[in-house]
Amino acid sequence: MQPLALLLILFVAALQRGKEMDETVAEFFKRIILKIPMIEMMTILKTWGFLSENQLQTVNLRQRKESLVQDLVLLCEEKRASLNDAALLDIVYTQFHRHQKVWDVFRMSKEPGEDSDLFDMEQFKSSFKKILQRALKNVTVSFRDAEENAVWIRIAWGTQYRKPNQYKPTYVVYYSQTPYAFTSSSRLRSNIPLLGQALTVASKHHQIVKMDLRSRYLDSLKAIVFKQYNQTFETHNSTTPLQERSLGLDINMDSRIIHENRIEKERVQRVTEETFGHYPQPRLEFAQYKLETKFKSDLNGGILAEREEPLRCLIKFSSPNLLEALKSLAPAGIADAPLSPLLTCIPNKGMNYFKIRDK
Amino acid sequence: MLKEDCASDLKVHLAKSLPLPSNVTRPRIDLIVFVVNLHSKYSLRNVEESLHHVDAAFFLGKVGFLATGAGRESHCSVHRNTVAKLAHTYRSPLLFCDLEVEGFRATMAQRLVRMLQICAGHVPGVSALNLLSLLRSSENPSLEDL
Repeated sequence: MQPLALLLILFVAALQRGKEMDETVAEFFKRIILKIPMIEMMTILKTWGFLSENQLQTVNLRQRKESLVQDLVLLCEEKRASLNDAALLDIVYTQFHRHQKVWDVFRMSKEPGEDSDLFDMEQFKSSFKKILQRALKNVTVSFRDAEENAVWIRIAWGTQYRKPNQYKPTYVVYYSQTPYAFTSSSRLRSNIPLLGQALTVASKHHQIVKMDLRSRYLDSLKAIVFKQYNQTFETHNSTTPLQERSLGLDINMDSRIIHENRIEKERVQRVTEETFGHYPQPRLEFAQYKLETKFKSDLNGGILAEREEPLRCLIKFSSPNLLEALKSLAPAGIADAPLSPLLTCIPNKGMNYFKIRDK
Repeated sequence: MLKEDCASDLKVHLAKSLPLPSNVTRPRIDLIVFVVNLHSKYSLRNVEESLHHVDAAFFLGKVGFLATGAGRESHCSVHRNTVAKLAHTYRSPLLFCDLEVEGFRATMAQRLVRMLQICAGHVPGVSALNLLSLLRSSENPSLEDL
């Protein structure tokens, strides 16, 4: 009788301990872990670093995902995982899946002549958090350091009266040695000014401006903004004109093929290389041009030509890799070289949103 | 085309548009094939402008049109009928072939080499004009109404 009673007491005690984790936090863990693809599960959990090696070894990866999730949530409960631990896991997941978010770019500036104090990461973090907490009372702020003096910040927004919504967070990646921060586009637009203010004040800057640059590819945005894209890579086929590659023939070698426009082709190649370089282009998915210009036409007359007011239209170029596509236009014979500077200035100016008005 | 076994000496001149640069001497041209990419209006316009530079004598069987890209209809910005009308205006045959597909390409190359041999006069008993009237009689009669 006695051992059984003991067993019962221990069992009940175990149950009690498990229930110490808040239900909302447990649900939050469940939802994050469910998002993680099975192939990445171990890698992400190891990167997260909260569960120990021993605990991870007890996990059976071959079972159905729902059961796996239950096991993992139990492990987290056993180790008394907090909301902040869950937020860190969310950051790790987002770091692995950064392409799922669309990133905006912000640039901060200091007053001219202002001292550039030595940057203190801990002071930045505490200042940033305080500013948001003072303004909103209910907000969850979590930090994870990354390479190149960068920090990933996750913010779950609440209001004076409502708890933070953990399922619509905003992410900020701030490179502390630079005036640039990248933020995931959020639907909760009203919080952006506050976010900007917190970033500016905490990092001891004076002003923050949103750049006209947006993309899913955070690393490409980084390359454009830090001007790191013009490194030559050793790709063996980067200089072969596209159309010849696709026809699968070594056209240049056969003497029975005469290129009538060889000089022009070489000129186009040269101009393209001068504009775009030898290196792979940073990856953007679109460029948008908002035109507010008077209608100009070669034809005389026509209803549109008589309008005094500017014609408004929006032109959007989309591509899996816009800059590479632009680079291949002239060599493919689809456009004349050189291309319009409105297209080729994108990486140099760090913009893919343009507003064009009559001068 | 060069892979085809051909008793004659075959040379292919590739040009982006006409007229050809005039400072070069070249052998007699036996066949001109205008390649129109149905995915690009620019391609059609280029061909239309180049046609103005072709001597009238060529249109007696020594000109052909090759339309590519018909297979991916969602990418087409030039309608089949537009090219068909163009070919009809110039009384020349129109062939369709998706150049991106290896198999189709090989077959088309065979046909073009055959046409070329006839146009060059290397096939006894058949002239370019004969070939033209042969090809034309199999055309869809409704095109005449266009």
